[in-house]
Amino acid sequence: MSPVRAGHSAGGRDRKCRLMDDHPFCPQEGDVKLQEYRSKEILARHGVPVAAGETATTPDQTREAAARIGGPVVVKAQVLVGGRGKAGGVKLAATPDEAAARAAEIIGLDIKGVTVRTVLVAPAAQIAKEYYLGLILDRGAEAVTIIASADGGVEIEETARTNPDAILRLPIHPLIGLQEHEVRRVGFFLGLPPELRKDFATILRGLYDAFIESDADLAEINPLVVTDAGQLEALDAKIVLDDSALFRHPDLEALRDLGEEEPSETAARDAGINFIKLDGSIGCMVNGAGLAMTTMDLVKLAGGEPANFLDIGGGAKAERVAAAFRIILDDPNVRAILINIFGGITRGDEVAHGIVEARASLGRQVPMVVRIVGTNAAEAAEILRAANLITADSLDDAARKAVAAAGSPA
Amino acid sequence: MSILVGPQTRLLVQGITGREGDFHSRAMLEYGTQIVAGVTPGKGGQSAVDGRVPVFDTVVDAVAETGANAACIFVPAPYAPDAILEAADAGIPLVICITEGIPALDMLRVHHLLRAQGVRLIGPNCPGATTVGSAKVGIIPGDIHRPGPVGLVSRSGTLTYEVVQAMTDAGVGQTTCVGIGGDPIVGTTFIDVLEMFNADPETEAIVLIGEIGGDDEERAADYCAREVRKPMAAFIAGRTAPPGRRMGHAGAIISGGAGTAESKRQALQAAGIRVADSPSQIPALLREAGVR
Repeated sequence: MSPVRAGHSAGGRDRKCRLMDDHPFCPQEGDVKLQEYRSKEILARHGVPVAAGETATTPDQTREAAARIGGPVVVKAQVLVGGRGKAGGVKLAATPDEAAARAAEIIGLDIKGVTVRTVLVAPAAQIAKEYYLGLILDRGAEAVTIIASADGGVEIEETARTNPDAILRLPIHPLIGLQEHEVRRVGFFLGLPPELRKDFATILRGLYDAFIESDADLAEINPLVVTDAGQLEALDAKIVLDDSALFRHPDLEALRDLGEEEPSETAARDAGINFIKLDGSIGCMVNGAGLAMTTMDLVKLAGGEPANFLDIGGGAKAERVAAAFRIILDDPNVRAILINIFGGITRGDEVAHGIVEARASLGRQVPMVVRIVGTNAAEAAEILRAANLITADSLDDAARKAVAAAGSPA
Repeated sequence: MSILVGPQTRLLVQGITGREGDFHSRAMLEYGTQIVAGVTPGKGGQSAVDGRVPVFDTVVDAVAETGANAACIFVPAPYAPDAILEAADAGIPLVICITEGIPALDMLRVHHLLRAQGVRLIGPNCPGATTVGSAKVGIIPGDIHRPGPVGLVSRSGTLTYEVVQAMTDAGVGQTTCVGIGGDPIVGTTFIDVLEMFNADPETEAIVLIGEIGGDDEERAADYCAREVRKPMAAFIAGRTAPPGRRMGHAGAIISGGAGTAESKRQALQAAGIRVADSPSQIPALLREAGVR
């Protein structure tokens, strides 16, 4: 009964290491990532000064926005993938006409497979200094942890690699929340000029409140800048929401950007299925995430390539199995399907019925290898045998049979 | 002796009148688990599972009447954190939460509060714990076990069943099987359970089933290298998982190149633990390590 975890007071242990062990800054697909302009809207509501701007979807709109803003602007692609600056998705413009020209270059640009449809037009800040300020759900520390660095404007992962001492990682006690001394400590760590400490406190507290109130996994300002006018301002921001908490945030759920999602993954989520599309030829339908990953691993071990990760979840019903089939077969690369169901919370006979029924209504037929064990497995096997499906005794056997089946014409 | 649950367990089921609560309470009773009470607010005074279990409005009432000393939670995610806290506040020392999809920030608060109260939480998003032949708390199918000397701890649900079945088929029996859950914030970690198995005289060998994401496996390997002299075998799921994608479990994600299956396998191997390529190899690895 004595928890031995390092807990969040164990700051001394491998601080630098842990940052990389448990790094949250890469895209977390499966969670809801908010676009920069949405993230800034949320932060602004919590008192964080952000560079005001307008979104635009055409060069003409960009010109009008730039004219309204006045002076030099920055035109920024609104995509959820990282590295948009390097990909030419962020450009400065001195005049409204120039802004329209830059928008024409950026809109339609392909950044890591995502086509830019929206740009943010914002006043171009004259930057004196850049900081990084973020909050993450830190599983290692079992806390929401502040990440801060005086090296802003670059990816924090890069700083963590090249100069880990430049990063402060400070867990906040979940039962007490952000304390003043923690805010002060971050400010001093960043070496903020004394006249900006009060504004910084407002920003960190606003970021924390935004994180907690929106049930985020990640909320970051990068960079947080000091402008030539000596003001702190959030120049770019990113918020990633916890999927599991969306039931109490319908307003935030509506901000999910479906445009950057694999359509089959959107369809899967609507059907209550965990699905991730991959490049192989063997479709997988499994109950349970760990077993689904293991099934993929064994397909690979047997010489095949999995076409997807698919967890039909607990208590899978016939409709959900049918939806899973449609989603898997929507991928033209799929040449065989491996179905691996270990009963427990999922009833095997229900799944067998679902498989047989759904199979009859499929437009495209591929070989199917089915393995069902556990709760009501005997009934399941009977149903499958009656429908003449390929059955397997073990998971290794199922993987081998699926790989062999994918190699032969359907 | 085994760990966590056993003949001494007097179980209370929260959400016993729901579909899953009812289904799994039947299976737990069938296994021989003593279910002494159910709790469904508003249904106090009724009975559940064909009249076999009295239902109470509150956990406090149920504990006072029945002396329940463990709680199993089948309450939907929006209400589960409250159910966990209700069990802890009523003085129940062991809470096993099956519910999936609890918001992470809720779990952070619940986790720290329970730790301060000295309450052991298993899960959430876990299949529970079974001590073979005496008590099953949760949803692990009862018929896959066989009594024996091996303790098993896993972050997964159905993958646990897969490994247990492979062991049973090969004649390698188990003491207790524990699923700690696949969420980023869980009440009990690998190390917590490894400590219990290490101290349990009936457990002669230990199987660890991990998956991508976080560094709980690496920490466990470090602990095993220092403290555990019992033979061990392990399996890590997710060698083919692409980076940056959450593989079903909220905690299963390779982030920034860390949390990979390979790094976990290497850490375990470096600690002298045999690591399987397939769940089916676990029994042979245990035999190799000297398990009868």
